[in-house]
Amino acid sequence: MKKVVIRKGIYRDSINLMQMSTALSKLPGVSQAAVVMATELNRRVLAEAGFAGSDISRAATDDMIVAVDARDAKSLDAALAEAEDLILSKGPGSAGEARLPGSLEEALQAVPDANMVLISVPGRFARREASHALSRGLNVFLFSSNVSLDEELELKEAARERGLLMMGPDCGTSIINHKVFGFGNAVRPGPIGIVSASGTGLQEVSTLVHKNGLGISQAIGTGSGDMSELVGGITMAEGLRRLEGDPETKAIVLISKPPSPKVAAKVLAMARDCKKPVVVNFLGADLTAQALGRARGARTLEDAARAACSAAGAQPPSAEAVPRELVASASLEWPKLAESQRYVRGLFAGGTLCYEAQVVLGPVVGDVYSNGPIRPELKVEGEAPSKKHACIDMGAEEFVEGRLHPMIDFALRKTRIAKEAADPETAVLLLDVELGYGSNPDPAGELSPSIRDAKAAAASRGRYLPVVASIVATEGDLQNLAKQEATLRDAGTLIAPSNASATRLAAMIASRGKGGAS
Amino acid sequence: MPKAKPRRGAPGIFGRDLKVVNIGIPTFADDLSAQGVTVVKVDWKPPAGGDSEMMRLLDKLGT
Repeated sequence: MKKVVIRKGIYRDSINLMQMSTALSKLPGVSQAAVVMATELNRRVLAEAGFAGSDISRAATDDMIVAVDARDAKSLDAALAEAEDLILSKGPGSAGEARLPGSLEEALQAVPDANMVLISVPGRFARREASHALSRGLNVFLFSSNVSLDEELELKEAARERGLLMMGPDCGTSIINHKVFGFGNAVRPGPIGIVSASGTGLQEVSTLVHKNGLGISQAIGTGSGDMSELVGGITMAEGLRRLEGDPETKAIVLISKPPSPKVAAKVLAMARDCKKPVVVNFLGADLTAQALGRARGARTLEDAARAACSAAGAQPPSAEAVPRELVASASLEWPKLAESQRYVRGLFAGGTLCYEAQVVLGPVVGDVYSNGPIRPELKVEGEAPSKKHACIDMGAEEFVEGRLHPMIDFALRKTRIAKEAADPETAVLLLDVELGYGSNPDPAGELSPSIRDAKAAAASRGRYLPVVASIVATEGDLQNLAKQEATLRDAGTLIAPSNASATRLAAMIASRGKGGAS
Repeated sequence: MPKAKPRRGAPGIFGRDLKVVNIGIPTFADDLSAQGVTVVKVDWKPPAGGDSEMMRLLDKLGT
């Protein structure tokens, strides 16, 4: 039996809501439970799950919905009572925590010399909070998405006028003074500065720089809208200018998906005129024909990390397209494939890693379909069944509206892994795994049972299913990189040292040995 | 922008001790604390109960 309770005007953040949902789902007699804010998407998802009713349609966006499906009235009442306890116990002051400030103004009484505000409220409130912070002379890291480009432009112009850094909206990662904001990894301090319009792009390049033996001075996230024609790369330009003047920074990497020609020209001109060496990575773009002066272009994130290390005066270890021992392992995999298994299926938590995979796969296997395609004609709906070679960004809007990011919540990726395993045309699964601050505490523990099940499901139909992954991480990350690697390997996963390398390995397997070099 | 005192030409953030106010998801604040950063969490709730007209009025009043 199902019941829905609406709590008017009660707000909790998405992590708190997930924790409450999980706790209720584990109660005896409860088959499903959800505690969500009553956004349109969440109301629709609940209706699809059979919780339709007038109560839900009356709920406003700022109301909380508790929805429980239990086997009998006793279990249902117990779950709803527990929900009430959880909601009340999360209030400030009741869990042994001192009363927290209720606003930025109150917080500034506690830290009058604050110099940064980290904002992750729902998008429609984000401009207001960021605007308050800027007007008080504070730098802003704005994690929230769903802020319009007009609002982004207004915030960034205000920040520029005041000499402040405006990172975001939709900024996933920054490393300021060697401290990670948002999602990011424990990289060592060093001479490479980064400005990136992509969160996972920043994570991949910073961890690859670390693996190459160097480190990061500052890494500034701009948010994905910064390189739009309207915003015109304000934070990208501001970040580059500051890194040029930063004594710790010896070489600079700029990262973005290919921007509009106008913004690209502006950024390239700044890179060319910079007093320090600059590596420009407009993912997939060939910049060799551009007059870049001391700056240079890099086609992939992996290239960008290596080029930056060279530019900073280091000699990164010689690159193999795919490490030899992995080629040896892969060559034991492809002879086990059935005739029908022809396609690479990439399921990504990192949107930019999904994009990089398409850039790397294309020349080896041909067209790759995606919900975030490199060419418009290759666009597919993310939720549609895969066709041919496909790379799906599971962090795209259609998967995360009203949900946590797939770096934290693996539910949708696990379901999709099972679907790809059931498809007789799937030759190899390609995955990314992100460790570090902000991510799930045990990503390998989340994915491994699904990988085992996928391999078993394929085996039960007479097929063998190879799985390839890369891990965005350093040995300093809290999740324990060695243990994460071991867990994934035990589940039968081949682990490559970068996303580009994992992608080449997957291409090699699907094409029965082609694509080893690039 | 709400009316308040801007600090033009604020000093750059690089190399300074970070002191952060966190508005929103508390785990971001916990991660910064674990890195030794001073963080104050705000117990954020939608202003004016999420009423956009009321928010505009509050902004006009500079609160």
